[in-house]
Amino acid sequence: MRRRKRDSIPSKYILTGIGVICVVFMLLSYTLGFQGGPLGTVSGYLFVPIQKGINYVGWYLSDRADNLQDLRLVMAERDALQEQVDQLTIENSQLMQEKYELEDLRALYELDRSYSDYSKVAANVIGKDSGNWFHSFIIDKGSQDGIEVDMNVLSGSGLVGIVTKVGADWAQVRAIIDDTSNVSAMILSTADNCMVSGDLQLMSKGVISVSQLKDSDNQVVFGAKVVTSQVSDKYHPGLLIGYIQDLEMDANNLTKSGTITPAVDFEHLRSVLVITDKKRQIDPDEEPAVTEPDGETDTEEEP
Amino acid sequence: MKKRICMFFLVVFCFILQNTVLKALELGAVSPNLLLVITAAIGFIGGRKEGMYMGVLCGMFTDIFYGQLFGYYTLLYTLIGYANGFFHAVFYDLDIKQPMLLIAMSDLAYGLIQYFFQFLLRGKFDFGFYFTSVILPEFLYTVVLILLFYRGILVLYEKLDKLDNTGSVDEFV
Repeated sequence: MRRRKRDSIPSKYILTGIGVICVVFMLLSYTLGFQGGPLGTVSGYLFVPIQKGINYVGWYLSDRADNLQDLRLVMAERDALQEQVDQLTIENSQLMQEKYELEDLRALYELDRSYSDYSKVAANVIGKDSGNWFHSFIIDKGSQDGIEVDMNVLSGSGLVGIVTKVGADWAQVRAIIDDTSNVSAMILSTADNCMVSGDLQLMSKGVISVSQLKDSDNQVVFGAKVVTSQVSDKYHPGLLIGYIQDLEMDANNLTKSGTITPAVDFEHLRSVLVITDKKRQIDPDEEPAVTEPDGETDTEEEP
Repeated sequence: MKKRICMFFLVVFCFILQNTVLKALELGAVSPNLLLVITAAIGFIGGRKEGMYMGVLCGMFTDIFYGQLFGYYTLLYTLIGYANGFFHAVFYDLDIKQPMLLIAMSDLAYGLIQYFFQFLLRGKFDFGFYFTSVILPEFLYTVVLILLFYRGILVLYEKLDKLDNTGSVDEFV
């Protein structure tokens, strides 16, 4: 006990100090959206390069293991795929015809800005949420590459999530299967609006929940495509979320809810595409602009 | 001072391991919590203050990269480190059962706190599901991790402690 310095502060005071600081930060974070500021930048420089390296090594090893395993499978699959190719070629030619027709119609309606026109940035997933409660992950592109909060993230053909935090060379993405995620969506075929929410409980079965769907005519069937809706304030319209798995009438007899299978394989995400165009939002400070014709505002994006 | 620097890099190392390698070794969508293991372990090996400093670092990194409310994880890990520090007085380093029990209890507490603040308060009432499919598997997986890592942490900490203490004694003399 003698060796203890006289001026050392008792640990309970340090604990109280840290506790107060944490509570202040939580309040700041809740009210002003404080997310670590310079701390994020500094730790980004510390972690991102190492995490990138580890991931490359990991991918290399898993690729090598997969190669051997897959060889036999691939042989069998090749024959099946050849058949499918023939079938799809026929289907494709039919679709091409329809596509030309669609293009003509789009040109007529000046709706030629579909989501293939969004500018995108490819990024690698370099780290996953350390806990088991949430589904967020870190990508290796940040504000230096033009990533901002609220940008949409895709993988392959489907919606992965949204950027929720940005550092200099990293960004945090919250997946749509995260328990706190809500996406305003619609059924592609009927244009009925609904809400898609991530759910940890349902995710163990590989599905996420869909609710508040008005479908009085029972037109929405198993496998119907669910895409992001026009009325969403953060997601671009028409991004594929998944396919209807099952639907049940709610107790109020007006709306339906059920589950959908996501279009993206969240277990094996390696690289994603970030749409660097943000959905245009109404700025409350902005002076009211000259009224534009209805219908156009929905599809226009920020340059 | 050397000890502090080494501890900092230990946290960095464990944090990276946690988010890359251990996430790749998930079983049933659940991975063990290495950050909690080192925070709790340093807590009862080194005392309340050491545990707290460890908790601050682990929590802060988690907050920066994966947090939603900045400061939440920092507070949580700090409290875990501090609470484990109370057992420093009865800590006996040749016995593995006691540290295992302490760390396992910490992980259970962590899981329950997470459920309470992040899920129950948002109206997710199915405690049975969350307990059996997240809290319990993480608890068991973490126990396995203790067996693998605990001895290493203990030896490392004691070496660093000696390094710093001999240094300070020399200065004193």
